[in-house]
Amino acid sequence: MRSGQWAAWAFLTPVVLYLLVFYAYPLYRNVELSLRNYTVRSFVQGDAPFAGFANYAKVFADATFGPALWHTVVFTLVSLALQFTIGLVLAMFFLKNFRLSATLRGLFLVPWLLPLIVSGSTWSWMLNSDSGVVNAVLAWLGIGPVNWLTSPDWSLWSVIIANIWIGIPFNLVVLYSGLQAIPPAIYEAAALDGANGWQRFWKVTFPLLRPVSAITLLLGLVYTLKVFDIIWIMTKGGPSGSSTTFATWSYRLGFGNLVPSFGPGAAVGNLLIVMALVFGLIYIRAQRRQAPV
Amino acid sequence: MSSAARSRRTAGASLAVLAAVGGLVACSSSPEGAGSTSASQTAGGGTYTIWDPYPQHDKSSEWVKLLEKCGTDAGVKVERTGYDTSDLTNKALLAAQQGNSPDVLIVDNPVVSTLAEAGVLTTTEENKLDVSAIAPNLLAAGQSGGKSYGVPIGANTLALYYNKEVLKEAGVDIASVKDWTSLTAALEKVKAAGKKGITFSAIGTEEGSFQFLPWFWGSGASLTKLDSPEGVSAVALWTDWLKKGYAPNSVINNTQTTSWQEFAGGDYAFAENGTWQLANAKKAGFEYGIIPVPGKDGGTAPAPTGGEFVSIPAQSDTGRYTTSQKLVTCLTSTDNSLTTTTTLSYIAPTEAVQAKQVAATPDLQVWVDAVKAAKGRTSDDLGTKYPKISEPMWSAVQAALSGSKSPQEAMTAAQAAAASATQ
Repeated sequence: MRSGQWAAWAFLTPVVLYLLVFYAYPLYRNVELSLRNYTVRSFVQGDAPFAGFANYAKVFADATFGPALWHTVVFTLVSLALQFTIGLVLAMFFLKNFRLSATLRGLFLVPWLLPLIVSGSTWSWMLNSDSGVVNAVLAWLGIGPVNWLTSPDWSLWSVIIANIWIGIPFNLVVLYSGLQAIPPAIYEAAALDGANGWQRFWKVTFPLLRPVSAITLLLGLVYTLKVFDIIWIMTKGGPSGSSTTFATWSYRLGFGNLVPSFGPGAAVGNLLIVMALVFGLIYIRAQRRQAPV
Repeated sequence: MSSAARSRRTAGASLAVLAAVGGLVACSSSPEGAGSTSASQTAGGGTYTIWDPYPQHDKSSEWVKLLEKCGTDAGVKVERTGYDTSDLTNKALLAAQQGNSPDVLIVDNPVVSTLAEAGVLTTTEENKLDVSAIAPNLLAAGQSGGKSYGVPIGANTLALYYNKEVLKEAGVDIASVKDWTSLTAALEKVKAAGKKGITFSAIGTEEGSFQFLPWFWGSGASLTKLDSPEGVSAVALWTDWLKKGYAPNSVINNTQTTSWQEFAGGDYAFAENGTWQLANAKKAGFEYGIIPVPGKDGGTAPAPTGGEFVSIPAQSDTGRYTTSQKLVTCLTSTDNSLTTTTTLSYIAPTEAVQAKQVAATPDLQVWVDAVKAAKGRTSDDLGTKYPKISEPMWSAVQAALSGSKSPQEAMTAAQAAAASATQ
């Protein structure tokens, strides 16, 4: 019994150490960083005074806070909704095996395989106001040029469009495998009972896909909340803050200036972690309610 | 049993969430240990470490060969690491925090005052570097509180490149472009001839401020008062160009590289760009010329100085300074300065070497003049205040160019933000 416990601990140690070193400690440091008043000098000498929640107060009072929060919410929700819907529609489409369907499905995975720097740069070329292909097509259709990346009204939508494109494959793959797990017998039974296509989707597919949908949405939410590369490459959060989200704001505070403000940067980063955590807990609660007691 | 399984699942799921967000931590906190990738920096004895922001120069390049030669001359082995410029500041700060700074650090000039403020760098009094031959306007960028924190390795700055064919087609005589009014008139003619006017970079980073400064300073404005009538007139000049279509809307998102690509396309009459594009200009396939950025009422506008400083970071073992000083002196000596500046495509920081450069390449004369008129961004004793003024300034330029604020509103807001940040 006793030796069995020792063995159990021995097996646990590597993973516990791993979690402590790579997750717990950086998180602890990030919280600590956000609670101290760091200047470049005190950063080097490690004697930054404890500042309590002063950095958070500063972040909340900042003129960037309101817009950045709104942009983060819009960016996340619109991206999630469209990624999920388009992903589901495509998954349903590919469920009907037709010639070349595997090849086509493979092609849809391309956005996922490309490094973000490549997709980001490509989108920013395509959306260039003067020489981009998108405006060239619009001009051909007789629509005036749109300043996709340089107009405060459009920049947020441009990065959302690019992000949706990137997120579709993930949703497609997960939902496709979820759909495959639904036994065909149920559809046959529904068809025998006279359910039409629409009813089969809403009464059979949708409810049976709920667990898979929930985890897809949760993972998508966490990924989308922290999207940084795409926005930074395409607009740098600009022009004048019109596409700044918490992720880009945190980076700008910590690294995007000649004099880094580590404290407020870490504070914004922590707010993001809290947001993701809240949705994670909501997910767990919802799961628990669903689970048969 | 089932409740134990459930709580384990709960814990598992929370960890999964934490793990997924974990990537952020690397973004928002100091990446512990990220700076210690080069394991050799603590190696004692005959090895001296040099960090530079020129990763494009590899082991076989002239630059690295020069570093090795200087090491051999000083009787030590040189370990060189090239970092991306934007990475180097944080790497240097982290290394100082961990007590393993490199022996010689080459950094972008506006960063020098920040590192000096952090106590990372030694003064020229401590490290005995000779800076007497260096042009005062270049040295000023690395001075703070009356002390110098390094030697400029070379300088670059901004000027206007122009496309001779486009100007000829539009009937513009380049000699007539002397001030803002005549430049705007030239742009009008170019547009009327069906070509494109001018391209520059107004991106929302330090690069945007760097490109805006020649116009800002050329109007007579000062960084301590962004919303002066002069400062507003500089923003209004750019805004007006965009409104009238003399400059493309894409400048708001242009880096200096993308702006150069627009000019290299051959349709633009003017481009504001730096010394470092000279080699590319020769490859562009059209006849080009260069004029200094004109001031509002004529003359040459002071452009900001670019280029790096060679500095000696503070060490716990102060005995190392003697050798480090030899290495730096070797890199910046009159004999080697010509090699260094030619390799890095810079203008030399001393008159003697500038004369040699012009003798070898007469094209460089306009750049030497521009560098003489140039001004450090952290000069005028702004030091670490500069970044806090620069950020509101580039934001204001973006706000005005994108039409979300008028030039006056934008600069008033910027001044308020800068004033509260530099208090």
